[in-house]
Amino acid sequence: MHADSEFVARDPAAHPPALTPIYKTSVFRAPHRPLLSLQNSLSEVTGPAFGQHELGPLDNDLVRNYAQAGGAPVGERIIVHGRVLDGSARPVPGVLVEFWQANAGGRYRHRNDNYDAPIDPNFGGCGRCLTDAEGRYAFRTVKPGPYPYRNRVNDWRPAHIHFSVFGSGFAQRLITQMYFEGDPLIRHDSILQTVPDPAAQQRLVALLDLNASVPLHTLAYRWDIVLRGGRSTLFENRLQGN
Amino acid sequence: MIPHDTLGYLPETPSQTAGPYVHIGLIPKQAGFDIFANNLGEALFGPDTEGERIRIEGRIFDGTGALVRDALVEIWQADAHGRFDHPADRQPGPRDAGFRGWGRTGTDFETGLWAFETIKPGRIAGRSGHGRMAPHISLWIVARGINLGLATRLYFGDEAEANAEDPVLRIVEQPDRRRTLIATPSLRDGGTVYTFDIRLQGDNETVFFDI
Repeated sequence: MHADSEFVARDPAAHPPALTPIYKTSVFRAPHRPLLSLQNSLSEVTGPAFGQHELGPLDNDLVRNYAQAGGAPVGERIIVHGRVLDGSARPVPGVLVEFWQANAGGRYRHRNDNYDAPIDPNFGGCGRCLTDAEGRYAFRTVKPGPYPYRNRVNDWRPAHIHFSVFGSGFAQRLITQMYFEGDPLIRHDSILQTVPDPAAQQRLVALLDLNASVPLHTLAYRWDIVLRGGRSTLFENRLQGN
Repeated sequence: MIPHDTLGYLPETPSQTAGPYVHIGLIPKQAGFDIFANNLGEALFGPDTEGERIRIEGRIFDGTGALVRDALVEIWQADAHGRFDHPADRQPGPRDAGFRGWGRTGTDFETGLWAFETIKPGRIAGRSGHGRMAPHISLWIVARGINLGLATRLYFGDEAEANAEDPVLRIVEQPDRRRTLIATPSLRDGGTVYTFDIRLQGDNETVFFDI
């Protein structure tokens, strides 16, 4: 996005509303009062930039970034890749993408997770990378397992990977989750169903991408991310932007 | 792969909750392990950063008054001159090259407290046709149970004059609601601490912005 653009307004229909009783924790964590709409100022169109020097060489390889010497995590090895685009389908280069997930058995490496599936000693479960000049990101990991959680009596999360994405402005900040094509738990998932539009739910599902797999080694899934785009505006009383 | 809408635009990727284990990806130390050589967002300033060192801290409460102890808070702010480290900021005058202005932390699993050691930002140009904004820090909050990150602003209780002129505070119609955006200063160990509690829902609900 051009430095002088402001962002198109967020389409509330694309996102889950704050209050979604099917996901019970939202009931007491949803503001009751309407959001106050702000026209973008410098505080919203600006945001942090990150450099490759801030990342380590294995940060986007979850198969190796927490493995002990000679060890490797258990599970289905996959590459997850895609592009970060804006609303005008233009690539968003040089932005930070971070991701975290459970291990192959659905267990998170987190002090508050007491699910009895074991921790994998060779798997941390997080990574990060910067998009390249064409907006592409990629990382290698193992496919996460489903995970039970206390919502309804027998709720299980589908296999999913959490994503955190920065754009060029703080107003583009987005956290979301990626699911896997064909997973039958998807249609039962309370959290995915917080997104009201079934077509929007589908946009969170990564597709199997055999063309990007490594034969005899690693399968691949592809998933593209769309951030809010910029639009021309009358900053400083001149038409600028895009 | 993503279908365009009828005008040719791509719809934004839907948000999903960050969940209770957001720390794994964004602050792994708090999740309980060490993995990255560089933990992003830990320190806002260095020895050469200009400006007054301050601490901002607070707690987050849900609609029952209970502490939210698994939230992640990010801040974004201008430097002591009121300049952002970003090419879109073309305000005249000096900028502190040693200050990025971004930080992240988690609320404490026991006490629910979040805190940043940072510097007090300067005043910032408002939109065209608007007056200058008062010093403020943008906050973004995600957590289990929050489906789309909540944006708010922290203003400073000892900037009454600037706050009275602020173009954003002025569009908050109800004076009681405006007060939810103003942090209370106090002195601790010779420095100023600004306390900013956030109420997600109910009485004294914090103003959240659609930015």
